[in-house]
Amino acid sequence: MTPTAGAPAGDLRLVELTKDFGSAVAVDCLSLTIPAGSFFALLGPSGCGKTTTLRMVAGLEEPTSGRIYLGDDDVTDRKAYKRPVNTVFQNYALFPHLNVFDNIAFGLRRRGVKDVKAQVDRMLDVVELQGFGVRRPSQLSGGQQQRIALARALINTPQVLLLDEPLGALDLKLRRQMQLELKRIQTDVGLTFVHVTHDQEEAMTMADTIAVMNNGKIEQLGSPVDLYENPSTVFVANFLGQSNLVAAQIVGTQGADLLLDVQGRKLTMPAARNCATGDSVYVGVRPEKVRLVPAGASVDLPGHNVLDGVVIDASYTGVTTQYVVRMAWGQDLMVIAANVGNEVRLTAGANAHLVWDASDTFGLEATGDIAEGIETIDEAGS
Amino acid sequence: MELPKGRARRGSRSLPYVLLSPGMLWLVIFFLVPMATLAALSLQTGDYEQGFTLTWNWHIYSEMWTRYGHHFIRSFSYAFVATVAALVIAYPLAYAIAFKAGRWKNLLLVLVIAPFFTSFLVRTLAWQAILADNGWVTSTLRSLHFPMQDGRLLNTSFAVICGLTYNFLPFMVLPLYASLERIDPRVVEAASDLYARPITAFRRVTFPLSLPGVVAGTLLTFIPAAGDYVNATFLGSPQDQMVGNVVDKQFLVSNDYPIASALSMTMLVAILILVSLYIRRAGTEEIV
Amino acid sequence: MATTLSRPAARAASAAPARRPRRQSWLRRHVVQIFAAVALLYMFLPVAYVIAFSFNNPSDRYNSTWNSFTFSNWTDVCGPAGVCDSLKLSLEIGALATLGATVLGTLIAFALARRRFGGRATTNLLIFLPMATPEVVMGSSLLTLFVNLQVPLGFWTIVIAHITFDISFVVVTVKARLQGLDSRLEQAAMDLYANEWQTFRRITFPLVFPGILGAALLAFSLSFDDFIITNFNSGQTVTFPMFVWGASLRSIPPQVNVVGSIMFVASLGLALVGQVFYRRRRA
Repeated sequence: MTPTAGAPAGDLRLVELTKDFGSAVAVDCLSLTIPAGSFFALLGPSGCGKTTTLRMVAGLEEPTSGRIYLGDDDVTDRKAYKRPVNTVFQNYALFPHLNVFDNIAFGLRRRGVKDVKAQVDRMLDVVELQGFGVRRPSQLSGGQQQRIALARALINTPQVLLLDEPLGALDLKLRRQMQLELKRIQTDVGLTFVHVTHDQEEAMTMADTIAVMNNGKIEQLGSPVDLYENPSTVFVANFLGQSNLVAAQIVGTQGADLLLDVQGRKLTMPAARNCATGDSVYVGVRPEKVRLVPAGASVDLPGHNVLDGVVIDASYTGVTTQYVVRMAWGQDLMVIAANVGNEVRLTAGANAHLVWDASDTFGLEATGDIAEGIETIDEAGS
Repeated sequence: MELPKGRARRGSRSLPYVLLSPGMLWLVIFFLVPMATLAALSLQTGDYEQGFTLTWNWHIYSEMWTRYGHHFIRSFSYAFVATVAALVIAYPLAYAIAFKAGRWKNLLLVLVIAPFFTSFLVRTLAWQAILADNGWVTSTLRSLHFPMQDGRLLNTSFAVICGLTYNFLPFMVLPLYASLERIDPRVVEAASDLYARPITAFRRVTFPLSLPGVVAGTLLTFIPAAGDYVNATFLGSPQDQMVGNVVDKQFLVSNDYPIASALSMTMLVAILILVSLYIRRAGTEEIV
Repeated sequence: MATTLSRPAARAASAAPARRPRRQSWLRRHVVQIFAAVALLYMFLPVAYVIAFSFNNPSDRYNSTWNSFTFSNWTDVCGPAGVCDSLKLSLEIGALATLGATVLGTLIAFALARRRFGGRATTNLLIFLPMATPEVVMGSSLLTLFVNLQVPLGFWTIVIAHITFDISFVVVTVKARLQGLDSRLEQAAMDLYANEWQTFRRITFPLVFPGILGAALLAFSLSFDDFIITNFNSGQTVTFPMFVWGASLRSIPPQVNVVGSIMFVASLGLALVGQVFYRRRRA
């Protein structure tokens, strides 16, 4: 069966998909449904199995077990060239011996389309590279190559377009520009985009839905806002943005709130925001939700949590100031304060209160490493 | 990023063997089998007219060594000196092309290889004429009282070594160039940034990084030089005969196949032992 | 980063002339180039001789002393018996050996570069061994095989011998090209609806072709120029190197120099055309 352009797109479904390389499990019993027409991101650190998942969907990697469905079609055993799926490769993989026109026309010609000129020209319009058809890939800049790679895949109107770190090779400014452009194109053409990235900001800018992957499994799935506001695992809380997490005990309830004990201090948290099942929890709050108040000021606000500490570092970054505050029990917490103009600047050594709305507090299962998901090595260049 | 390599597609498992088998079969029949024939022949006795029979005559090897041992020593010494000379000549050349030639790089590379497309025998004959007793090179050197064997150049071991060096030079230049060209000039700059004087930077950084090229180049020069007999024939005296001369004569003129095979086998085994020792010493397994 | 790294080097270079006399420092700075120029001279000396003496009207049998200038060697290349016959034979043998070795070697290279399979190490060894075998040994061992099997020596035994030593060089050359090929290009083709055969035909083969062409040229020049192995397996057949060998014992016609010069000029021309073509394709 040959893939037909513009066929009624169905959801992409992965059912208990597993891939191991020898003894290493790259993708571990992954089940996932990606709705037709959505912009979906697979986000995770390098080695989490996201690229392997993508390659299995493309047909470039054979799953060890599990099935892949496109709509009602089981495509698991179909070869790459028989799937209505196209990929934008990480380093574009443009054919160096063909010019831009022939690169873009490649897929159409393989499917026996004779008159490709109109379609290729329209595609060059979409990626705003009219008149570049006769050039060779080596004569293009990184951003231009990226667009050609996109055009080469899009022209086939696949049911699913796979993007493997498509912006990884671009510099920051160009990357921002291309993010918006990709989003625009996706909205225009209305295809399903599955985007693999380790860059959380990139995923959040573009995707409707993000699946955060770790160790071959999906940690959490949801909209960018949902994932950020309500992380359900330590990994997600740390990997997606930053979180202040401290170990706590649930000591009682008060209406819809839970009462917590952190190193002898009392905190409260909405019971609805607790993901943990036992009494031991990791309690967290995003650093930009915390206000830093100089010691001595009145902090006795109803419905707020307060912790005390000493500022050990304050770094001014323009839009915000980032404070590192050491708690009495030795743990460092982070506060991000917007530089709106009327705030009190604290310097290292100052005693301060950390104050935040109790409803911004969330609770996570207290198993495993409290630092899991914090990226220690900058991966931007990988 | 993660880039899982090698995906085994169903049904492709036998493909490599299908691709390999014609060529491998060829090499087995026309390379390995002849080696076995050669080894067997060296242990046979008889003569060309009556035919040879296998008698496991190991004695032939000691006889061969007494008669032609000095040919082996000469072949290997000539090849060694020629290899060292070729390295000394080729290294600056390869270095200059790789680092100093700029946009003339490719042109220079072509110029370096081009002379060797003039037939091997023709250019060796040219050396014969250039080094001739009545030639301008010899007379110039003579007038300068340059020390020469018997006051001549042609028909001396110097001429043979000179010819060997010359003829196998591209086998030295090309691998050297390939490994030098791969060196990122910034590493050398980093070395000089870290207080290495140019000579130290070369000794500690450039040269070690070019070692694969040195190993490949010296092997590709030494092996053909040790087996060659064209240079010895055209440029040397009867006292400069190499193993190749004897093998050629015994096989094609005297038809003494057993002794000729023994010579050939010894040559092969000696080369293989030297090569494997050298490769192990140099620590580069990656030459193929 | 690059500027901070290159600065000290540049400073060192500009500081040096201040301390030393100018002339000496020029010599010191160009010592590599001078060495290279001398080496180039050494390489071109015999070629210059060959070309010059192709215009000689020889007064002796070996064309070794200059007599007078003439074009007649060039206008009458086929004059002396055997020059053109042997040349034609060498071209035929070269073409056949190149074809055989390129096909066999390219197949092996594809197997070695793209696949993992049992017996790889053995295969690599069997490819390496012929290159580590001196020509006398390979030539004489083939002779013993042909004599044992009572195969008459001649055209076909030479072709067989040439294919045998050419294969390894083809494998090494093509393999290098294949290893430099990004396998993602092939995956991209498969992703764009090209089946295995189309992927090979449209992507892999065109990209590896320069390597195959280079390997074929190398095989041809090795075959065309081979003397030692041919000498053992030629019987009464006279290739061009065999002709020169024979002539060196009797008398060397100056046409030999003409052929040598043509080979030099032709290879130089081919290389330059290749360069221009390559530049144009990249530009």
